[in-house]
Order: sequence, then structure tokens, then C-alpha cells
Amino acid sequence: MGAFFGLIRRDLRLSLRQGGEMGLVLGFFVLAVLLFPFGVGPEPELLGRIAAGIIWVAALLAAVISLERLFATDYADGSLDLIALSPLPLEAAVGAKAIAHWLTTGLPLTVLSPLLAVFLNLDPSAIPVLTLGLLLGSPVLSLFGTIAAALTIGARRPGVLVSLLVLPLYLPPLIFGAGAVEASLTAESGHADLLLLGALTLAALPLAPLAAAAALRQALE
Amino acid sequence: MFSTFSQTAELVGENLACRRGERLVFSGLDCRLAAGGALVLTGANGSGKSSLLRLLATLVAPVAGRLSWGGEPVARDPARYRAALHYVGHLDAAKPALTTREMLGFWAAMRGTVSPALDEGLDAFGLAALADWPCRWLSAGQRRRLALARLIAAPAPIWLLDEPSAALDRDGEARLEAAIAAHRMAGGRVAVATHQPLAIPDAAVIVLDDFAASPGDFLAGWW
Repeated sequence: MGAFFGLIRRDLRLSLRQGGEMGLVLGFFVLAVLLFPFGVGPEPELLGRIAAGIIWVAALLAAVISLERLFATDYADGSLDLIALSPLPLEAAVGAKAIAHWLTTGLPLTVLSPLLAVFLNLDPSAIPVLTLGLLLGSPVLSLFGTIAAALTIGARRPGVLVSLLVLPLYLPPLIFGAGAVEASLTAESGHADLLLLGALTLAALPLAPLAAAAALRQALE
Repeated sequence: MFSTFSQTAELVGENLACRRGERLVFSGLDCRLAAGGALVLTGANGSGKSSLLRLLATLVAPVAGRLSWGGEPVARDPARYRAALHYVGHLDAAKPALTTREMLGFWAAMRGTVSPALDEGLDAFGLAALADWPCRWLSAGQRRRLALARLIAAPAPIWLLDEPSAALDRDGEARLEAAIAAHRMAGGRVAVATHQPLAIPDAAVIVLDDFAASPGDFLAGWW
């Protein structure tokens, strides 16, 4: 257990000390969202209706750009060999890295989202649903991301390949995340969508580390 | 003194063959590493020294032959065997943003070492003065010393060292030789791939070129 938390602590420490990385992801998220009013015109009603979709899409893209380096640096400097040789099962190591990734991307994105929702004139009653949806659904982004990051280790242009692999996997959280807000706006409740988002996270929690660890073993051979 | 590690457990490789990609690197290789023993791997570039060490570290699976530790096949309980070995590859696994001591402490914690001998490890390779430096300030030789300090910080009976003296200065080589000698005195075992003439007395030498696969074996490996 010490090794599991040690790995989380190391990754958090690395991303805090190399603060640029986290700032880059958050900056990208904010800028991507703020581009939309310029693109579709400053009509409050229109923006309010598409706000949830904009924020979710921007969050997906921000998560994707941070995935490239998830395993690539550990692979390039030999750390991955040592992690694979440690008593910690590789699946657990992947889980630890996914948790650290979520804490440095998914969680800050979620925290920022209410502010951006206000900018986009989302109905205030829907903001808690949007934030709750991101809280429940953003772990999926990190978990599915480990699979794509592990598969693209050693690839020549991992960044592009990662996004091609992972964006289709991000469709379900996008549909249910934006759907929950839509449902809460049209007087129904977004309950069902939120439950499905939670279910996705719970399903990905054991399955994604299994798949990513298998891909990592292949890469280390 | 001769007692820190198990005296009876022996690392035995029989008829090992290794394939990287589509190339059979070596085949029919036997090796044996008893308590206090040392194995020096030599051979031309590309002859499979690193591959053999990665194979002994279970990072690469052998295509033929078997590896056993303490009389039991490694494949049956890889975790037990991995806990007994240290692998120092030609990459140093040092993160630029972490300090020397943090780095060493992290790798010791990853091995599950309860009270790692961090100071001893830093001292053994002359890094004590650099303990609070971020690794990005370290030279190639200093990073290598840090990788080797893992051996001391978290003791394990088997050391697998891939070109450990690369980038080391004369002082570093002497420290490495002393560490290896002390490890063997305590009943440890060490396998070293090297080009530099390191002073490792009574070491068994494996010349990897002798086990290079012939073109016929290439097909044998395929089918």
C-alpha cells in the first residue's frame, strides 16, 4: 500500500513542481471555452443552451492533451522498468497514475467549470448538475486515457495517436454529461444520466487498469 | 559477515534463448549464480548482454529454456523472485524535478522497504553533499551514482547491472567495485554486463558472442 500512495505522491509532486504542465491544461480548457462566444456570436440564449456541451467538449480535449506524457516520460527514463519490477502489481500502478492524473486534471477542470458556466450564461439551476456530472464523469477520462497512453508508448507521434484512440472512448461520458444538464433544463431531472456517469466510472475503475497494464507489459518486452 | 542473504538459493538459467523483435539474439545459454558469486557478461555490441539482463530481470520472457531461483521456476512466482533482485539498466530513472534523496527514497518505497538506508546509499556513492539537489542539476555520472545508490538503500540478494560503470569516473568505479565486493562478502550475487575492465575477482565470464544464434536457429525461433 505504501508503494501505491508513494507513486501517487510522486506524480502529484512532479506535476506541482513542473507547474507549467497543469497550468497548460487548465489554460487550454478556459481558452477553448471562451472561444465559443466569439465563434457563435454573443447571444446569451444560444450560449446558455449549448454551454454544457461546450464545457464537456473542452474538458475532453484538455484531458487528451495531458495524456501524452502519462507513461511516456516514465518509459523514456527507465522508471517504468523499475515500476514493473516492484512488488506493486502493474494494474495497481496504473490505477495510482490514473488517480494522480485525475487529481491534476479532472478535479481542477471540475472546480473551474461553474465559473465558465456562468460566463456562458448557463441557467444557474443547471450548474450543480454540470459540476456533479463532471465530478462523476471526469475519472473516466483519466481511466480510459491510461489505455490509450499505454498503447502509444514508443509511437513516433504519440500525441495525435492518443487523441484518435481515446476520443471515441470519450463519447459515452460526453453524451451522459451533457445529457444530464439538458434533462435538468427541460424540467425532467438529470438523475438517470448522472447515475450512468457514475456507473461508467465504476466500470472503468477495474477494467481500464487491466487493459492498460497489459499494454504496458507489451511495451516493456 | 557471510550471512545477510540466503546461502542456498541459487539463480539458475538453463538453455535460455531470447528473441527481440524477429531476431533470435542468443540461444542455448546456461548460467548459474550462487551465493557470493559474480557473473561478468561480455560480448560485442548487440550480442545480447542487455537482453540477457532484462531476461534475468523478468522484463523479457525467454522463448526457450527456464530460469529458476532457489530451485523453483521463476515463472511460478515471479513476484517472490522480483523482490529478490535489483535491476540497474542503462537508464537512470531520475526525475529532473525531484531531489536526489527524494528519488532514492521513492524507489526504496516502491520496493516496499520499510526503513531504507538512504544515507548509506548516498554515502556509498559519494552523493551525500548532493542529497538536496534536484536531479536536473546532476551530471550523467552523478545520475549513474544515484541509480547505483538504490542497491545500497534497499538491500536485495541479486544485482543485475547493465554497464554500471558507464559515465562513472575513476572514483565512482572504485566505489562500485567496493560495493560489489561488500555485497558478495555478505552472500549477495551480482551479474554485470560491461566493456570496462571492472575489478571483480573470481567472476565467471559469459561471452555472449558464443551463444549467437545461427541463421538456422532464426527459423527455429520463428516456428
